[in-house]
Amino acid sequence: MINPVPPAFIYLAGALLLPLIRVRRLQQAVALLIPLIALFDLLNMPNGYYWTYSFLDFQIVLGRVDKLSMVFGYVFVIISFISMVYAIHIRETGQHVAAYIYVGSSLGVVFAGDLFTLLVFWELMAAASVFLIWYRRTPAAMDAGFRYILVHIAGGAILMAGIAIHVAGTGSIEFARFDFATPAAKLILCGFIINAAVPPLHAWLPDAYPEGTITGSVFLTAFTTKTAVYVLARSFPGLELLVWMGAVMTIYGVVYAVMEKDLRRLLAYHIVSQVGYMVCGVGLGSEMAINGATAHAFCHILYKALLFMGAGAVIHVTGCRKMTDLYGKGLYKKIPITLILYMIGAFSISGVPLFNGFISKTMVVAAAGTLHRPAIELMLHLASVGTWLSVGLKLPWGTWFAPGQGVEDDLSEVKEPPVNMLIAMGIAGFLCLLTGLFPKQLYQLLPYPVDYHPYAVSHVVATLQLLLLTMAGFWLLLDRLMAGKATLNLDTDWVYRMFGRWVLGFCRVPLKQISLKLQQLSIRETAFISRVSNIPLTSLEMLWCRLRGEGPTDNPDTVTDREASYRFPMGLGVFVSLVFLFVFGVVYFIVPSF
Amino acid sequence: MDRKLRRWLYSGILTVCLLGFLFPNRHPHFWWQKIPVYDAVFGLFGCIAIILFSKWLGHVWLMRDEDYYD
Repeated sequence: MINPVPPAFIYLAGALLLPLIRVRRLQQAVALLIPLIALFDLLNMPNGYYWTYSFLDFQIVLGRVDKLSMVFGYVFVIISFISMVYAIHIRETGQHVAAYIYVGSSLGVVFAGDLFTLLVFWELMAAASVFLIWYRRTPAAMDAGFRYILVHIAGGAILMAGIAIHVAGTGSIEFARFDFATPAAKLILCGFIINAAVPPLHAWLPDAYPEGTITGSVFLTAFTTKTAVYVLARSFPGLELLVWMGAVMTIYGVVYAVMEKDLRRLLAYHIVSQVGYMVCGVGLGSEMAINGATAHAFCHILYKALLFMGAGAVIHVTGCRKMTDLYGKGLYKKIPITLILYMIGAFSISGVPLFNGFISKTMVVAAAGTLHRPAIELMLHLASVGTWLSVGLKLPWGTWFAPGQGVEDDLSEVKEPPVNMLIAMGIAGFLCLLTGLFPKQLYQLLPYPVDYHPYAVSHVVATLQLLLLTMAGFWLLLDRLMAGKATLNLDTDWVYRMFGRWVLGFCRVPLKQISLKLQQLSIRETAFISRVSNIPLTSLEMLWCRLRGEGPTDNPDTVTDREASYRFPMGLGVFVSLVFLFVFGVVYFIVPSF
Repeated sequence: MDRKLRRWLYSGILTVCLLGFLFPNRHPHFWWQKIPVYDAVFGLFGCIAIILFSKWLGHVWLMRDEDYYD
């Protein structure tokens, strides 16, 4: 038996080690070895509370290990390995370092048993992940990165405020279920749902994820939103508010995805949509719903990474990020392997039987049915239609098959992406199929015992009906759906982007004018005062002229021109001094004696 | 659209709708789940509704030129 260490530290230590290795092959080997060590470490971690330390009368817990945290731990480690395989050709070590700090801090959040540890890793996660966006180095990426980090700093601050109030009120830093009635819990929830990308606080996600590096965005899709789902499941299960938030999320993402032409932004909106199922499941709160949310997080991480890898591969080999640029390029003939691997992800997210979305998403939907929530069930069901429509039909059609005229670039030389990218996608696709075909293996990991059989014949038939008829609807409205050029679709980031602009505009025009006016005024008055004090004899006249609003006040020459007429001989000055001394002497020496 | 593909789609739709009658949902949570072709109808109209609604919303409100923020 090997003594396990906190898995977060394995990644953090690995991140620090990587830049020290100068031999490229060795560095790659170490980068790939770190997740394997972490996986081995996880397998040796028994359930329970451990790695506890005392800190200022509080108990820091780095290892709160139970079934719920373990599921997230496993999938995080698995996806970090896959994403690193996808990114292994990158020569810039900094990207790997940022990615592993990000992964490590996510694992830190997942196994945190107290609020301090949670907060520290929470902030570290945001700080590390923003570099995966900035490393793309385009102006758009820099701007999106700044917006991303500002939103997360704000979210972190809200969370910290909530935690501070909670700790002050209860005296406990244990990370457990919160009583939603308290203001502290409301703040904490607000911090959590910013990371879960719940509208209207979600705009950072579709804003930033499509701007990240090709490989960095794959990491981004997995961790931030899913740690948020984990902490919600841990601290707010059964909260009615989350049911509605989640259901709205599923539809919200779908609606935006239909308008979107940017490959990765379309997929990013479907993260919002899919995380909606998880948030909804957490809110429903029954054992089946929590199981469903957890299982869906597991499956979602696999297929969403696969989808982002597929879209990233297309962008990598063509340089085009919008499907409108790829119309008529016949990419299905040039990169068929990428297409097939992408489609595995697309079938998974759409819940096609045999793929993993089918065994997890339907669990949440069925939980809504079991709890007799018709409106919720219908919304989730409708979002399934939209998911298949956008990710399974529209995106592959627009990217690989659509006829028409794209950009002028010659894409005849386009080849399949580097082999490491294909291997990574292959592993992810394999795991999507594996979990889809053998759901029992995943169900065993879930927090509660599972009594759910997705492969009932009627359920498979119903799903096929849904998918095929959605396909028919897609073909009916194909022209309308694909028409139009790529657009920017306003989202709630409009508020802070425009607010920022207004603040800047206010500073640039009205505030600037006020400041100029003040400057002029102060310069004029300083000049006046310096003139007044320059020639004491004329000062009274100058003040008098100024008060009457006439004469030489503003023109410094007028008075000084006449200066000669005010000049007195030196003797006069001596005389005045003597008179003063005399009067002073009289007052000082003689007056007191009376 | 390719005629062959269209034929496959139609026959697929026909098959799953017939299968819907053969294998009804034995544990329906709501009355509409008892309808054998409920999911087919929901899929078709849901899909059309989503496309039309999104496009309408985009055209009247949300879709802007790509340099909107520049």
